[in-house]
Amino acid sequence: MKSAIVVFPGTNRERDVAIALHRATGKRPGTLWHRETELPAGTDLVILPGGFSHGDYLRCGAMAAHSPIMPAIRAFADQGGHVLGICNGFQVLTEAQILPGALLRNAALRFLSQDCHLRVERAGTAYTRHYQKGQVFRAPMAHGDGNYNADQATLDLLEGEDRVAFRYVTPEGETATSANPNGSARSIAGVYSANHRVLGLMPHPEDLVDPLMGGTDGAPLFAGLVEALAA
Amino acid sequence: MNRDVTPALAKEFGLSADEYANVLSIMGRTPSFTELGIFSVMWSEHCSYKSSRVWLKTLPTKAPWVIHGPGENAGVVDIGEGLAAIFKMESHNHPSFIEPYQGAATGVGGILRDVFTMGARPIANLNALRFGSPDHPATKRVVDGVVRGIGGYGNCVGVPTVGGEVNFHPAYNGNPLVNAMTVGIAPRDRIFLSAAAGIGNPVVYVGSRTGRDGIHGATMASAEFGADSESKRPTVQVGDPFTEKLLIEACLELMATDAIVAIQDMGAAGLTSSSVEMAGKGGVGIQLDLDMLPQREAHMSAYEMMLSESQERMLIVLKPEREAMARAIFEKWELDFAVIGHLTDTGHIVIKHKGVVEADIPLDPLAEKAPLYHRPTQDTPPQPPLGPITSTVSPVDALATLVACPDLCSRAWVWNQYDSTIGGQTAKRPGAADAAIVRIDDHSLALALTTDCTPRYCAADPRMGGMQAVAEAWRNITATGATPLAITDNMNFGNPEKPIVMGQFASAIAGMAAACTALDFPVVSGNVSLYNETDGTPILPTPAIGGLGVIADAASAVGLALQPGLELVLIGDTEGQLGQSLWLREIAGREEGPPPTVDLAVERRNGDFVRKQIIEGKITACHDASDGGLLVTVAEMAMAGGVGVHLAAPTPGIDVNGWWFGEDQGRYVLAVTDAAAVMLAADAAGVPVRRLGSTTGDRLTLADGSFVTLAALKAANERFFPAWMDQV
Repeated sequence: MKSAIVVFPGTNRERDVAIALHRATGKRPGTLWHRETELPAGTDLVILPGGFSHGDYLRCGAMAAHSPIMPAIRAFADQGGHVLGICNGFQVLTEAQILPGALLRNAALRFLSQDCHLRVERAGTAYTRHYQKGQVFRAPMAHGDGNYNADQATLDLLEGEDRVAFRYVTPEGETATSANPNGSARSIAGVYSANHRVLGLMPHPEDLVDPLMGGTDGAPLFAGLVEALAA
Repeated sequence: MNRDVTPALAKEFGLSADEYANVLSIMGRTPSFTELGIFSVMWSEHCSYKSSRVWLKTLPTKAPWVIHGPGENAGVVDIGEGLAAIFKMESHNHPSFIEPYQGAATGVGGILRDVFTMGARPIANLNALRFGSPDHPATKRVVDGVVRGIGGYGNCVGVPTVGGEVNFHPAYNGNPLVNAMTVGIAPRDRIFLSAAAGIGNPVVYVGSRTGRDGIHGATMASAEFGADSESKRPTVQVGDPFTEKLLIEACLELMATDAIVAIQDMGAAGLTSSSVEMAGKGGVGIQLDLDMLPQREAHMSAYEMMLSESQERMLIVLKPEREAMARAIFEKWELDFAVIGHLTDTGHIVIKHKGVVEADIPLDPLAEKAPLYHRPTQDTPPQPPLGPITSTVSPVDALATLVACPDLCSRAWVWNQYDSTIGGQTAKRPGAADAAIVRIDDHSLALALTTDCTPRYCAADPRMGGMQAVAEAWRNITATGATPLAITDNMNFGNPEKPIVMGQFASAIAGMAAACTALDFPVVSGNVSLYNETDGTPILPTPAIGGLGVIADAASAVGLALQPGLELVLIGDTEGQLGQSLWLREIAGREEGPPPTVDLAVERRNGDFVRKQIIEGKITACHDASDGGLLVTVAEMAMAGGVGVHLAAPTPGIDVNGWWFGEDQGRYVLAVTDAAAVMLAADAAGVPVRRLGSTTGDRLTLADGSFVTLAALKAANERFFPAWMDQV
């Protein structure tokens, strides 16, 4: 699997995702500066990592969505390529309208760094083939603007097309206001594109891939990607 | 606008009559307005350490593993495997009261620059925060702003905030303390220093443009607060963590080449202190042409540009043939890069602006004739011994009250606003262990990091308090299994011109020095913040200690969470010292008595024993017994693990409250699978040990049958911050 981790000015979780991919593949992934205009030949997976691209000084992800590399990423996605946007990367994907909806300020209006529990809403994608549908896993979250929102029609469409990837739930797997840390509509933590190849999510499975760091709940996501895209 | 330089203006700039006379003798003429500004900031308490230097010199700073001690931008220690840890703690107290968000944010930004300017990638931030009474009208605003500011900056630059401490006391009502610490890692043979060299070499300015923010900030930090402190808001700088992040990446990219001769961040006193210190340390002269300076505002004067404390700026002396390559790196990161001068052989700093020489000062006398004061000291009178104290509150009821009080309650509300996991190396997050454990990427090696101080002990007995602060940092690192290596100190005190305050300072240093020596735990960097007073009332003396230790394998570090089926043993002697304890304050309503005694030989013996047991894999969990005493320690371990404890009866002959709530030092609670083996080993090592209880169920039960459920304890422990800060 050949992956390209895109670095915008202010991206800061590129090393975390590189560590997770290194653990899963044994290879160190390449990084791609946002001023590039083409993806490296043979790219299987594009990752937009977490961070504060351009300082989040406009809306989160709004300026990065217009970076020189973005047309190439959009074309890659249109051609069926796999694109994973985590945290700020998810915000970039929504700002670029590659994924629907928007990430608003957390309902509590504070930055939140804590573990959350995610329920797998659709198994069998390249990202979730090593999880079961309904499986609950833990992931750290660290964001100020992760409150997913879209109009009701879009939310209904996402549900109807099975495009809700993960929901925030209790450790027992139930949705609840108390388990929805940022106030996201319908507890949505991550969504897919129509072909289920572009995934955006707010929490950080890449930071929970090592037993020493508190668990390996995030490791199956990367293991699944390797298996799905290695061919 | 430039003003006429007179003795009155010098006084307004904070120079004493004697100091101004010295300026006149060095210059041989009346200085220009810009020159007076340069003298006043360089000779301010903040930059010159004129009241504290004589005492700081007495601290132990050497050990075989120390690569650079105090005097550089940060301290550097060898941590093995070809790596060095670079770290320092610094205060941003005065700005954080005036404008809490920006004050705290720029405090984090400043200390990050001190560390990456030496070539290190920052891998962890910590802090030590003291706020006024929660009942004081200003406190909530300050807490909210400071926590948001620390998070806002640290989260954006992408450095995990892994630990810290938060205390409340009315003595900080008008003068909170915000001490920020950064730890970075660099290859041991790639450390960058600030001494300029090479006559004719270009002096390069990189980072943000210069504006009018923070002019005379260093002078503000060298005066007491009065009723007019609100009017000082314009001197607080504004932070831009996005630019800082770019600056980190650009500097580290440049540092991977051979282009840099010397590099220093522009911190307090901005361009003035960085250029004066770089040239001064290198024994060369420096000439700057301010027309070349990247500027954010129009019509800035030389005085304003030299004294601005605009953030996110660095000064670099480059090899001339590498200038184009360096420029390309900074342009890639979209940062300003400007050659603003060059090194000279004159031994002077010469500032030109619009063709006029605005300043021409000989560097040697500016440094050598800087004021140095042996200020009078007065000893803090010893506290009379505490007589017998009785209380009608049962130990379990007292425990429930104590774990809910602002100084002992859960800090999750604070930590959860700091990104503690970024980097993917945080093996022990905030609250999981006595020290944060951060692994080095691609190594098994990990750092153990903590900040510690107990100001109420320092106020009662500054020498013992200074000793205790160092001992507790050492103990917290030890309790994870790591070997303590070195400390950074952040000395926060009141007005040094008052003998009682200067006496507190001198005594705290003496206590710290004794502890550093006995524990092989030298000081490698630090910062002094004086004049922490409001309307004539000083803060509690607060020598905050940032400790760094190392553990060869992160996997062998232990935390404090209990598991079912373990036995608890107590290491160390308990007399039941209740003086200055939290039990005395919260339950008996008294703040008196001598603080607990620190016996450094015992501290060392007990700690070395505990560390050895942890490394040998015999310990499942460990927590030092400190604030709140033994029962609070056990309760914290139980809450962290979600497991109850059945406790044995106190040692006969000891006051029951002293046993459970005395803050006797040098003690650890160990959770083990084989208590007999650990007790045998302790006996053999001459370390006092006794059985304390066993883990079971969902409640904390004393031998007399009284109990409190974990659910009740946790509810009490977690109530304060959300109820206080998030109530509408």
